[in-house]
Amino acid sequence: MLEKGTKAPDFELNATPDQKIKLKDFKGKNVILAFYPADWSPVCSDQMALYNEMLKYFTKHDAQIFGISVDSVWCHLAFEQDRKLHFPLLADFEPKGKVSKAYGVYDEEVGESKRALFVIDKEGKIAWSYLSPTAVNPGADGILDALEELNKK
Amino acid sequence: MSSTLKPPVSEQDHVHGGKSATIEIVEFGDYQCPHCGHAHPIIKKIQKNFAEQIKFVFRNFPLQEAHEYAFPAAVAAEAAALQGKFWEMHDGIYENQNQIGETLFNELAEKIGLDIEQFKKDYSSGNVTEKVEADFESGIRSGVNGTPSFYVNGTKFDGGAEDLMEMLKESAE
Repeated sequence: MLEKGTKAPDFELNATPDQKIKLKDFKGKNVILAFYPADWSPVCSDQMALYNEMLKYFTKHDAQIFGISVDSVWCHLAFEQDRKLHFPLLADFEPKGKVSKAYGVYDEEVGESKRALFVIDKEGKIAWSYLSPTAVNPGADGILDALEELNKK
Repeated sequence: MSSTLKPPVSEQDHVHGGKSATIEIVEFGDYQCPHCGHAHPIIKKIQKNFAEQIKFVFRNFPLQEAHEYAFPAAVAAEAAALQGKFWEMHDGIYENQNQIGETLFNELAEKIGLDIEQFKKDYSSGNVTEKVEADFESGIRSGVNGTPSFYVNGTKFDGGAEDLMEMLKESAE
């Protein structure tokens, strides 16, 4: 898994069937990447639901959050609508898991992303990363601590 | 991630039970969350069984996007608290969770004998909203990742209300 201080690999992934997100377009903003195994599974749902409640805290720290899994855009779309999520879920779908692999958080055995968090600073460098046990929702305190650390600079 | 209660229990909190209790349980809960509704009678049982040995604290962790009435319910309980009836409103909401909504809050307010005018005024004031938001933020800081989340003597307890009951029984033996 990529560690603090590494340049965050750029990527271009679909957020919706006709909208692509490029990491480099978010230079000048803090970015949170939340890799997770799959839409609909109970633990991830709680994790995404939690981040959904925290958007105003992220905005306060000038940060944009993206969820990333290997699910397709259509699956993401249904999941977002069902859970009323107000932040983009990116589809690491084709080639499968390419971005997860670039960040070192792809589980080859099950073919899903691991549960991992990255906070990327305004210059595009990884400021904090955390790999959580797959069955455990890591919460959001680590993300907030990392964002606050960045604000101090 | 974090597993320590931040900030520690203070006068700002709603504390139920023995002031000199050796076991302090803090629940972060959402009034519309089914798991919290399920935990409620178990917590009641724990309180009954362990009486003065236990201090029980409730902090609000409403998932507003997932649960339409979670935040208003938390505000209603906090508004009742201003008239010294937090636990009455708290219990009333959990015991009637399937009817959660403004009608229920107003009915409960009458039933537990609140000054209705004052209750309505407090319910729409910013002060109680701030209390609920402060609770939520303390949950985030403490590493709450879902509801209910329990902290025993300031440390995150890895399990639900039933596990908590088991753990207490075992440590009492």
